[in-house]
Formats: sequence, structure tokens, C-alpha cells
Amino acid sequence: MLKRFNMKAWLLLLPAMSFLIAFTHWPTLKSIWRSFTWARSDVAPSEFVGLDNYRILLDDPVFLKVIENNFWYAIGTVPTSIALAIVMALWVNSKIRGTSLLRLAFFTPTILPMITVANIWLFFYSPNIGLFNQLLALVGITGPNWLGDPDTALSSLMVMTVWKEAGFFMIFYLAALQTLSPELFDAAKLEGASAWRRFRKITFPLLMPTTLFVLINAILNAFKLVDHLFILTKGGPNNESNLLLYYIYETAFSFLDSYYAATLTVVMLATLAVIALVQMLLLDRKIHYR
Amino acid sequence: MKILSKCLTTLGFASIFGLSSVASAATDLTMYYPVAVGGSLTKVVDGMVDQFEAENPDINVNAIYAGNYNDARVKALAALQSGSPAQLSVMFSIDIHELRNLDAIVAFDDVVSTDEEREWLNSFYPALMENGKADGKTWGVPFQRSTIVMYYNKDMFRAAGLDPEKPPTSWEELVSIGKQLTKQDSNGTVDQWGAMIPSTGYPYWMFGALTKQNSEVLMNQAGTETYFDKPGVIAALEYWQDLGNKHAIMPKGMIEWGTLRQNFLDQKTAIMWHSTGNLTTVKNKAKFDFGVAKLPGNKELGSPTGGGNFYIFKKSSAEEKQAALKFVKFMTSAEQAANWSKSTGYMGVGPSAYETQTLKDYVKTFPPAAVARDQLTHATAELSTHEAGRVRKYLDDAIQSVLIGQATATEALTDAQQQAEAILRRYK
Repeated sequence: MLKRFNMKAWLLLLPAMSFLIAFTHWPTLKSIWRSFTWARSDVAPSEFVGLDNYRILLDDPVFLKVIENNFWYAIGTVPTSIALAIVMALWVNSKIRGTSLLRLAFFTPTILPMITVANIWLFFYSPNIGLFNQLLALVGITGPNWLGDPDTALSSLMVMTVWKEAGFFMIFYLAALQTLSPELFDAAKLEGASAWRRFRKITFPLLMPTTLFVLINAILNAFKLVDHLFILTKGGPNNESNLLLYYIYETAFSFLDSYYAATLTVVMLATLAVIALVQMLLLDRKIHYR
Repeated sequence: MKILSKCLTTLGFASIFGLSSVASAATDLTMYYPVAVGGSLTKVVDGMVDQFEAENPDINVNAIYAGNYNDARVKALAALQSGSPAQLSVMFSIDIHELRNLDAIVAFDDVVSTDEEREWLNSFYPALMENGKADGKTWGVPFQRSTIVMYYNKDMFRAAGLDPEKPPTSWEELVSIGKQLTKQDSNGTVDQWGAMIPSTGYPYWMFGALTKQNSEVLMNQAGTETYFDKPGVIAALEYWQDLGNKHAIMPKGMIEWGTLRQNFLDQKTAIMWHSTGNLTTVKNKAKFDFGVAKLPGNKELGSPTGGGNFYIFKKSSAEEKQAALKFVKFMTSAEQAANWSKSTGYMGVGPSAYETQTLKDYVKTFPPAAVARDQLTHATAELSTHEAGRVRKYLDDAIQSVLIGQATATEALTDAQQQAEAILRRYK
């Protein structure tokens, strides 16, 4: 009986499993293997070279730059978009008029495809004809060349990313907020707790499971989401806004160097795995699940 | 719609010739093609393909729009590695060395058989063949080819008291005229720039123009050597940098390729350097009087050619190769090339295109259409080497680092040269 049940379970899992293996696990293993090989020319067979590709990494200034950029990109986008998501969720969850319109407004950036958004923002950021600089000009400020200046290029990408992502994370917080029992808040109000205290002591702790989920997703996205780079900066100027995944794309499809691209991919996979693991282990203990 | 029209065409011919099995004898061709500038070029290609199919009912062409040049190459190569390869494609003219290293393409010399076909292969402008030749054979046939031209706003020239029929022809004139065209508003903010040369997207291409104007080239024909650190090349980059930093006729830092045309159309710059591929769009959208001229020169005039060539893939049957050749010949024939040039702004690929009534009339009413052709005598090949993607990026990064003030031209180009030499060593 037990055996038959297992058989059935495996059969049910089979379609999903075969796709996962074919498109996720097998390519992952292949990438790891490939990162230890190299071929002399484009048509020559590949040979095992041990850690050579990884040694090249350490001498590759572009690689070091994209790692640094990705670090700042994650720091710049993740906390901001989460904080913004919470604020927006609290706002649209309150009993003021017009919340459904507000919800829709906050969620709109999420509906739009990243490429579309990037094409629009390209013109927002444009130094002479762009919206931002035209607004700044109204108050007499000469706006910068947002995407073309090394000091603002990466930050400009971050701002757009936060705008794009916060609304998506808001949905999760909104869903979580609506499951919180109102008695807790009534009791707190009766005891005379301030709104900030109620948020800090009740709402925020109860939202922690959502925060963990959102945090993991936000960090993954900070590494995974590079669609806008294709349109906005192509990693420029001089790699100032280049990110790891975009560099992997360039290496694989512009330089046609699949061996080095595999090496970079392994670095990215390892980084993401470590981050996810740390988050789970560290934060899990502090989270209050019901 | 396309499938429908294809069916109708097939049916039409089947009924005319009283045949019932035309479709089964047909050769199917799959082709990828890129579009690098805006506009509805896909419709133009579809129209040409439909006409070819109507004239050649035994050949079906499946033309697939594949994004920009990079995307088109990625898709075509991916198709080659999969079970359903393409037989021909339009790809970047500068992909030639890498496509050969991958053993992906055949030389047209090995596909043509008749004297008439050999003559056709020699009928193109020589400057357009430079990026298509290697080892004495022709691997790429020019199709959507361009050069960089100078678009300028005649109304602004008039407003500044300049002769609108005398655009700058030298580097000094570009600076002096540019200064007269640069205007500040009451806050001291520049609201009209003298000139803009785009520095994102394809910076190495714009730089190829400046180096040629300084009588230098960026690489050898075999694609095994680069000359980034020659004094003339360094001086060219210093001139580009000076336009923004010293002469202040151009914004400092990066100028975005993708929004430059809009800057010109919104009259934020009096002059822009851009691909001829933009000509028709500018013509349709400009609300002012504009002109098109050859790029100004220093030691000589110059511009690199650019754009896409037809390639025929090795992994195709002899029959498919012949059908592909027939298709390429059709697409590059005088009539089609003229039609293509008129609807896009890309240039007619051979002298015969400009002898057609279509282009003769068009050039008469719209003289800018001939500027790209007239500039061809001063043209040079676009940067194309082995490992082209990497070499190009070294140069792009060097140019950008100089324009944003992170390095001097000498430092950046010497560095790029060393990097390029390191990876080109194994191809010598």
C-alpha cells in the first residue's frame, strides 16, 4: 500500500521533476563542469584546466568591478524597496477613501514589463530632453547626465529598480496585514500604545515571515534582474553600472566565451546559495510563526 | 497575415500553372535578420520577401526578425547548434572572423557558379566589401549597410547667422561653427548644443570615423592586429574629449545612442553624427529644415561603413545554398536595393541601385539620400577582429573612461591595446 502510494507520488512529481532536471539541474551541473575546462579555439575540443578559469577571475578588473557594483546595488535596492513596500502596504490597508485606486497605482510598475519600463525611463533620464532634468530646470537646477555620469549611473538604475519592485513586495505585505487579527490592535490601543509602538511591537514582528520571504526574493532579484541594463546603460560608462549577470551575458553571447561565462555563473550561483542559506539560518530563529 | 498571403501566393501559382504539388517541391529557407535603428523596417523586409516568393514559388523564405545585431547572431548560432538551423542570415558585417572561426559560413565564391553570378559578386561598392572579405574570398554580401553622416539643423544655422549650405568640413570648423551654435539660457544652462557624437551603444564605430579622419585605421584586414595606441589614434580620442571638455560645444560625459535622434528632433543639438539608417525617420519627423553632410575631416575625410551583411551557412544542402544565393541576389538587386534604400535610409549597395528610376527620382527630390554613397570613397572598414566582442569592449571601455574623465587618452588606449594584443596573439 505504502509502496503504491509512493509510486503515485513520484508519477505526479515526474512532469515537474523532468522539467526541473532538464532546465535547471542538468545545466547547473554542466556549467560547473564547464568552468573547469577551456578550448584553444572555437571549434577545438575542450580540455580540463583545473582552477585556471578561477585564477583569471581574480585578475579580471571587470569581474571585480561587477562584484563591487552588485554589492552596492543590493544594498541600495533591497532595504529601500522593502521599507517602501511596508509603508505603502500600511497606507493602502488603512481605512481612508480611494485605497483601491492607490493600490492600483502602487502596483502598476509591477505589471509593466521591465524592457518597456526601461525604454520609458531612458527618456526620463535623458540629460537634455528628459523629464527629470526638465523638472529640475523649472527650479533653476542643471540636472546631471544621469546614466552617462559614473557618479550617478548605478544609482539611477537603483532608483528605477526600487520604483519597479516596491509595488510587487507591497502585495505580499498587504496580504499579510489583512490576516492580522484586529483584537491585538484594539487591546494595544486600550493600553494607550502609540501608533509607532503598535507598529514596532505588533505589526512588524508579525510580518517577519513575509519579510524573510520578500528579503530573499529582493536579494535574488538584485542579482537576477538585469533587463534594464540592456536598454539603459549596457553596463557603461566604462563598467560603472555593470552587474554580474549582465557581464555573464556579455561573456557568453558577445565574447562567445562559454567557459569563462560558466565560471562566472558558478560564482553567482555560489553567492546566491550562501546568501539564501545565511538568511534562512539566521533569521529563522527570530521569526515568530503562528 | 503573412502565412495567409503565402498560402494565397502558392495557391495562385498552383492554379496558374495547373500544378497541384508546388508546395511539396519547395525549398524552405530560414533567415534571421536584425534591425539596429528604430522604424518599421520589419514591414519593409516582409514586403520584399513576399515579392521574392511570388516570383519564386518553389522557394519559401521564413524571415525572422531577431532583435539587434548581437541578438541576431546569438539566435542564428543557437539555431545552428540545434536541429533546425537557418540557411542564411543577415548579421553584423564585423562578425565575419568569428563566424569563420566557428566554421559556420561558406564563402560566396564557393556557391556562385555562373559568370553572371560572379559578375554580381563584383557589382558592389568596394568599400562595402572590406568587412566581407577574408583570405581573398567573399564571405558576406552587403545588404543593410550604412555609414555615419552628419545631420544638421539648417534653421539653427540661419538663426546663428551661418550659411545653411556650408556645414563644417574640418575639425577646426566643427569647433568654430559649433561654438556659434551652442546657446545658453538665462541661468547659464546650455539649452542648445553645437554637436553631439553618441558614446554609448557603438562608441568604437564613431571612433572609427575620427581615426580615419586622422588617417589611421584601427586594425588590419586579417583581424589579427589592432592599432589603438598609435599617436594618430590617441590624438583622435583627445579631439573627441576636447569637444566636450575644452571647447564645450558638446555635453561632457556620455551621449546616449538611443535618445540622440530625439535630441536632434527636439532641437537640443544643432549637429548630430549618426547612422544613415536614421535618415528616413528623421525626414519624416523633423519639424525643421535639416541637412545631411559628409563628416568633417582632419587629415582626410572619413567614416567607417557599418551594418549587416548576408551570410550563407555551411550547414545547408547544395540545393538550399543555391536557393539562398538566389534570394540574396534578389534582395541586393538594383530594384530591391533602391526600394530598401528609399524606405530606410540605408544605402544602395551597388552603383546600379542609384541608376534605377526609383533612386534617381528620390535623390533629385531629397539630395541627402546620396550623401552616404558620396562618402563611400572616403570610407574604411568597421572594427572587426578575431574575438571581436572582447576587442570591441576593450576599446569601448577605453573611450568611455576617457570621455568621463577617468583616464587620459594615452593611458586608456595603451591599456586597451595591450589587452587586445594579449588575446589576439593566438590567431597570428
